[in-house]
Amino acid sequence: MFAGRARPGEAVIKVVLRVAAAVAMVTTIGIVFALIVPAIGFFREVPIFDFLLGDRWAPRFADASFGVVPLVTATLWTTAIALLVSVPLGLGAALLLSEYATPGLRKTLKPILEILAGVPTVVYGFFALQFVQSTVFREWLRLDTGAFSVLAAGLVMGIMIIPTVASISEDAMSAVPMSLRQGSAALGANRMQTSLRVVFPAALSGIMAAIVLGISRAVGETMIVAIAAGSQARIVGGPLEQGQTMTGFIASAALGDSRVGSLEYNTLYAVGLLLFAITLTVNFISIRLVRRFRQAY
Amino acid sequence: MSSSADAAPMHLRATGQHQVAPEVMRPIMEVENVDVYYGDFRAVSEVNLDFGLNEITALIGPSGCGKSTILRSLNRMNDLIEGARVEGEIRFHGENIYGKDVDPIEVRRRIGMVFQKPNPFPKSIYDNIAYGPRVTGMKVQSMDDLVEDSLTRAALWDEVKDKLKQSALGLSGGQQQRLCIARAISVRPDVILMDEPCASLDPIATMRIEDLMQELREHYTIVIVTHNMQQAARVADRTAFFTAQPSEGNGDRTGLLVEYGTTAQIFEDPQDKRTEDYISGRFG
Ligand SMILES: Nc1ncnc2c1ncn2[C@@H]1O[C@H](COP(=O)(O)OP(=O)(O)O)[C@@H](O)[C@H]1O
Ligand SMILES: [Mg+2]
Repeated sequence: MFAGRARPGEAVIKVVLRVAAAVAMVTTIGIVFALIVPAIGFFREVPIFDFLLGDRWAPRFADASFGVVPLVTATLWTTAIALLVSVPLGLGAALLLSEYATPGLRKTLKPILEILAGVPTVVYGFFALQFVQSTVFREWLRLDTGAFSVLAAGLVMGIMIIPTVASISEDAMSAVPMSLRQGSAALGANRMQTSLRVVFPAALSGIMAAIVLGISRAVGETMIVAIAAGSQARIVGGPLEQGQTMTGFIASAALGDSRVGSLEYNTLYAVGLLLFAITLTVNFISIRLVRRFRQAY
Repeated sequence: MSSSADAAPMHLRATGQHQVAPEVMRPIMEVENVDVYYGDFRAVSEVNLDFGLNEITALIGPSGCGKSTILRSLNRMNDLIEGARVEGEIRFHGENIYGKDVDPIEVRRRIGMVFQKPNPFPKSIYDNIAYGPRVTGMKVQSMDDLVEDSLTRAALWDEVKDKLKQSALGLSGGQQQRLCIARAISVRPDVILMDEPCASLDPIATMRIEDLMQELREHYTIVIVTHNMQQAARVADRTAFFTAQPSEGNGDRTGLLVEYGTTAQIFEDPQDKRTEDYISGRFG
């Protein structure tokens, strides 16, 4: 009775989607494997607690030491600074675009964000090194800092991440129904109150996703820190100090000529695995937070 | 269709015991020579209409005749629409709400609004009610008491008193709409505007809202837009009938007020042929 025409198009689409999903899964599993196998080799030689808690990172010295804490401190500094820049400015831009902007302002602001998103990271890296660190910090401000600093790298990385935070959170805010804004206005709320007390909480899960993506990008960003943050693995005590981040170490070591299977080679993967674990944890925590604070509409 | 050309069908007669609209109205709002434009398009023109204190006034008419437009101009919600413009005067307690020094936010606090589709915030029931007083900086002795009072007035307290901290979105459609009425009441307005408040509700929920309107009428002035003539006949003291007609010059259809009177008069003794046709179901 309800027999209809077969729809061959749908079958094709289904297959294509399944293949796409399978490719994503296989890639993820492949990455985890590629990280874990050499990392296991590493942890056979270096006890895991020496790695996680040791405060001296000197993998290539004669008296080699594999305490990863110095790399982690540099990563924490650059990430924290980048978030201090990108979260407020990114959310501000999103709020401006979704709640305040006239069509004219949108037309100017959107392309600026797109340009920011399109700049190659190597350009950001040299901008951080030459302009921010050398010209602004040392020449103009006469700050007591060397050729590199986690501050210069972190600030520029923050600028790089603004478009990511802005565009995802703007999507979330724009998805909040107009009827909620009208309801708020009808109660005598002004635009700012409506934005902050109705739109913002209603868009919170999307905003959290934007921030988490920002964190992941900051933790994983390589080129800017490799160029501008520094290359000595020492515990970073302040923003004007130089420091080698986890990604900075991987980039510099990967350029070297360590033999496959050697301890030096495996070190790369141990750090990579830690990086992966950190990103995963951030994601996991944020999913929990989003569930707790979710305001569905 | 009615067999008699003079009278509305029986079920449309205004017979409700509450409709004792006094001959002499004490106006709380006066609409004088109001035109509303969206850009170059004149949506309604030359509207003159008074709303009586503690009365329920219904705005009826075919869709697109500008009922919502007029309603939104009564509390300056049109300000939120790009390109919308109001000409003429709308006075509230004698003061032009489009005057130079008038704060639209204060206007909206004094003249609340309930929308066609319930639009509770994705917050707890309590926070939905407390929102208005908080953002307007109202001085309240006890927020708990205010929340209880608002919910009680909206006939919702008994149903929600044990779950004030739960999300308002868990309520049924009818409860959500009563919550929106409670929310509107929370900032102590004088007037409540309702734009087809029952359009998305089932008959029982609709009846509860209609009963509630009769209670609210003691303390508030209500203006309700409805496409449902029986509803207007049941709840309103006065009824204004609008229609849309092609304006001279271009072919745009402009809304205008055809006839305004007590509900009994509009339904039983319409003076205008267009009103008569509409209420007897012979429209269009
Ligand atoms: N936001 C708007 N922008 C432009 N035109 C509008 C807008 N809202 C309503 N209109 C137009 O104004 C006229 C009256 O609409 P409306 O007030 O919604 O009528 P009703 O509520 O009686 O159905 C219609 O022609 C409609 O298309
Ligand atoms: Mg309407």
